[in-house]
Amino acid sequence: MSRLKDLQKNLFGGTTSNARQFGMIFTLVAIIVLFQILTDGLTLRSDNLIALFNQNSYILILAIGMLMVIVAGHIDLSVGSIAAFTGILVAKSMAEWSLPWPVAILFGLAIGAIIGAWQGFWVAYIGVPAFIVTLAGMLLFRGGNQFIGNANTIPVPEGFRVIGSGFLPEAGPDTGYNNLTLLLGLAACVAVVWREFQARKTRREMDADPAPMWVSVLRMAVMVGAIVFASLRFASGRVGTSFPVSGIILVALILIYSFYTRNTAGGRHIYAVGGNSRAAELSGVKLKRVNFFVMMNMAVLAALAGMIFVARSAASGPQDGNGWELDAIAAVFIGGAAVAGGIGTISGSIVGGLVMAVLNNGLQLLGVGTDRVQIIKGLVLLLAVAIDVYNKSQGRFSVIGSITRSFRRDTPTPPTSSSDAEREPARTAVSG
Amino acid sequence: MSDVPILLEMRSITKEFPGVKALSDVNLVVRAGEIHAICGENGAGKSTLMKVLSGVYPYGTYDGQIIYQGAETRFSDIRSSENAGIVIIHQELALIPDMSIAENIFLGNEPRKRGAIDWKSANRMALDLMARVGLQEDPDTLIKDIGVGKQQLVEIAKAFAKDVKLLILDEPTAALNEADSRHLLDLLRGFRSRGITSIMISHKLNEIEAIADQITILRDGRTVETLDVKADGADEDRIVRGMVGRELSSRFPDHTPKIGEVFFEVRDWNVRHPISAERQVCKNESFVVRRGEIVGFAGLMGAGRTELAMSVFGRSYGVYESGTIIKDGKEIVLKSVADAIAHGLAYVSEDRKAIGLNLLDDIKASTVAAKLSKISHHGVLDEVAEYKAAEAYRKELRTKAPTVDESVSKLSGGNQQKVVLAKWMFTDPDLLILDEPTRGIDVGAKYEIYGIIQRLADQGKGVVVISSELPELIGLCDRIYTVFEGTITGEIARQDADPETLMKQMTSTKKMQTR
Repeated sequence: MSRLKDLQKNLFGGTTSNARQFGMIFTLVAIIVLFQILTDGLTLRSDNLIALFNQNSYILILAIGMLMVIVAGHIDLSVGSIAAFTGILVAKSMAEWSLPWPVAILFGLAIGAIIGAWQGFWVAYIGVPAFIVTLAGMLLFRGGNQFIGNANTIPVPEGFRVIGSGFLPEAGPDTGYNNLTLLLGLAACVAVVWREFQARKTRREMDADPAPMWVSVLRMAVMVGAIVFASLRFASGRVGTSFPVSGIILVALILIYSFYTRNTAGGRHIYAVGGNSRAAELSGVKLKRVNFFVMMNMAVLAALAGMIFVARSAASGPQDGNGWELDAIAAVFIGGAAVAGGIGTISGSIVGGLVMAVLNNGLQLLGVGTDRVQIIKGLVLLLAVAIDVYNKSQGRFSVIGSITRSFRRDTPTPPTSSSDAEREPARTAVSG
Repeated sequence: MSDVPILLEMRSITKEFPGVKALSDVNLVVRAGEIHAICGENGAGKSTLMKVLSGVYPYGTYDGQIIYQGAETRFSDIRSSENAGIVIIHQELALIPDMSIAENIFLGNEPRKRGAIDWKSANRMALDLMARVGLQEDPDTLIKDIGVGKQQLVEIAKAFAKDVKLLILDEPTAALNEADSRHLLDLLRGFRSRGITSIMISHKLNEIEAIADQITILRDGRTVETLDVKADGADEDRIVRGMVGRELSSRFPDHTPKIGEVFFEVRDWNVRHPISAERQVCKNESFVVRRGEIVGFAGLMGAGRTELAMSVFGRSYGVYESGTIIKDGKEIVLKSVADAIAHGLAYVSEDRKAIGLNLLDDIKASTVAAKLSKISHHGVLDEVAEYKAAEAYRKELRTKAPTVDESVSKLSGGNQQKVVLAKWMFTDPDLLILDEPTRGIDVGAKYEIYGIIQRLADQGKGVVVISSELPELIGLCDRIYTVFEGTITGEIARQDADPETLMKQMTSTKKMQTR
């Protein structure tokens, strides 16, 4: 029994949102297994995994920005339109002004920054609710896209398409696998092990007992196992395919923004503003600056997502990005963010986004029509949040907390785990 | 007076909240047609008593009897007490700013004709009611377009629309200027001559002395006495004695102050209200703080002490008009909270849950929240440093929590307050402003907080304590300023401070210097 308690304490001890994240990872694994069985192994086949990543990377990129917006207590409805607006401008810049594609990407990011500054100005400095500002933005930039593109589709050159449909190239000896993908997987494994030991060291410095060694080993084994499995799958796809470039961009962004939100003063300020803006202000947080930043950042990420989408579909069209804002918002809330702000993590949102993506993909593989897919997705969103709200009102912890409760023999001791151990489930999400 | 029939009698009312006895065995006798004042310090139980009477706390949630018009009544909610003709007008007016005077008067009580609101007769009746309270306005005028004084009259007109027999006014003149106050008091006299009974809660003792027939004094949730103004010759001094007549026991740790030179000074501080620009919240206020000194600010609710403190703390309240801050002999300009923190100021807010803490945070994050730069290198937080800092304060202040990973929302009031203190001690301030540092905290924790405050002073910091509890100020502070309606009305050294003197200066505009 004591081992189970150790595991529980170190794996899902801690705060509600961490426990909920663990619940989401649990759900994600369950859904993957379910569809793997239902589709006779189609779900985890290389080409399907690659397609899954390619089709969803831009939504997940949006979810990163949206998480920060929602944590700060706002919402952004304009991301789909911003993506489309940026997409058409970038496509046009290459087609008509023959901008080289790397310059065009920078140009696109600059457009995102300008739009973000525009929206951030209204939200932070004038005090118009973000809901209104971005609702206006949604109309404004959707109209802008169709005005500039004459509601036509503009193709983009080959070079540009790499960010949307490119893969890690073949390199080195012929192993039957994509070597660079394997190398990436290896690096991820090393990073996981390094972080685990780093976490143990931090805990010792905090005069706290680190998690029992066997828990650490188990945790590392699970994560390394997942990474190895994924690397082999991605590396063994059809010739010419491997880990997608958009996936690399996504992973890089996840790592950067996870670090930013968790380990920097700037990130802490976003949570402070969302948790209690007046208290944050009276603690010296520059409220306006934080609000401006999250809105601007979101628009830049939306611009990036728009360019990746255009690159993947080889052209920019008038219907690009329709409904993206809703997918991104759903991912964030399924991933454990609070509607009132102040709570949520990047990794949680990514897991939330993946749950939706796998669900979408699995149902499509089963031949379920888009009508029914939408119905199911809507219900999943409602259920995921409702279960959490219900559990909170019952003074309970989370789904997982209530499942494991029956195993507890003695009264639960207050968690002695440090934040690092608590955040472990989150880390699993990042790497898996 | 004793031959006049009794309209209302509240017999041995006891009301308990979890852990607190707000009222114990309170008696109140109100005779028909009189103006009855209820006096007491903040927290004496005045508002609770009125909430019992008006059914906010329904029958069954308190002990005791309410006898009204000769029969025992058991109100289940506000509506049932209003139907009986008891109407309470709260300090915070319950008017909807974007609705007209007539709409507000009949809100929830609209005259109907075949199911639809009959605006014609509503406006006619509104004009009639407005005439009774001496309000000359178009009934279609929006509430937000008339002043506070007139809004108060609308509230009273609203009460008349409900056929009031007993009118309860909670601090009716708190937000009013001199002229509006006088008009309101005249109005109450007029009601008396027409046989309407009023109960008035007020901190302004001169008004009470001028208008009331009977005065019931509450202290610590008990009835102290009921005075007949004419027969007992109750004047302000007499009322004050009743309100504060309590022994000061040793609820404070022993302390010998080590007071140094003046290092912080505010001169001619003027601040306007953030929304209604014509209201001046701080009027030419000046004060000094010495190193190692604990300086108290006494005043009634609404006197403008919090506003003064917050406006000094990086202009976090109101609209700054004029005034200078001098620290260590140099003038400093604090335009933001960040500036204030950088210059060594700290402000522990009055309402720790609403504006003092982020309740989603754990103890660690809360402790370091006001100075993240101390635990970060180039913006990157050092978790170990954060943990160690929080743990050190947890031990030093003896915060009761298993670890610093505990969420602050799970802590008791006293321990939350210790976390807030730790948060501001972490910023290494020279001047700490503590606004109601012991509000809602039990006696044991209060003693500890007093000890912490004294230790901070002994480290050479200046400490400003704003408190509504006079014994606390007298027991803790080396020097006390009194504030009344945005003006500093007095400065009293510790040895001269007693509740009567303080109360007197807190309730009058006369500027006195007793040093």
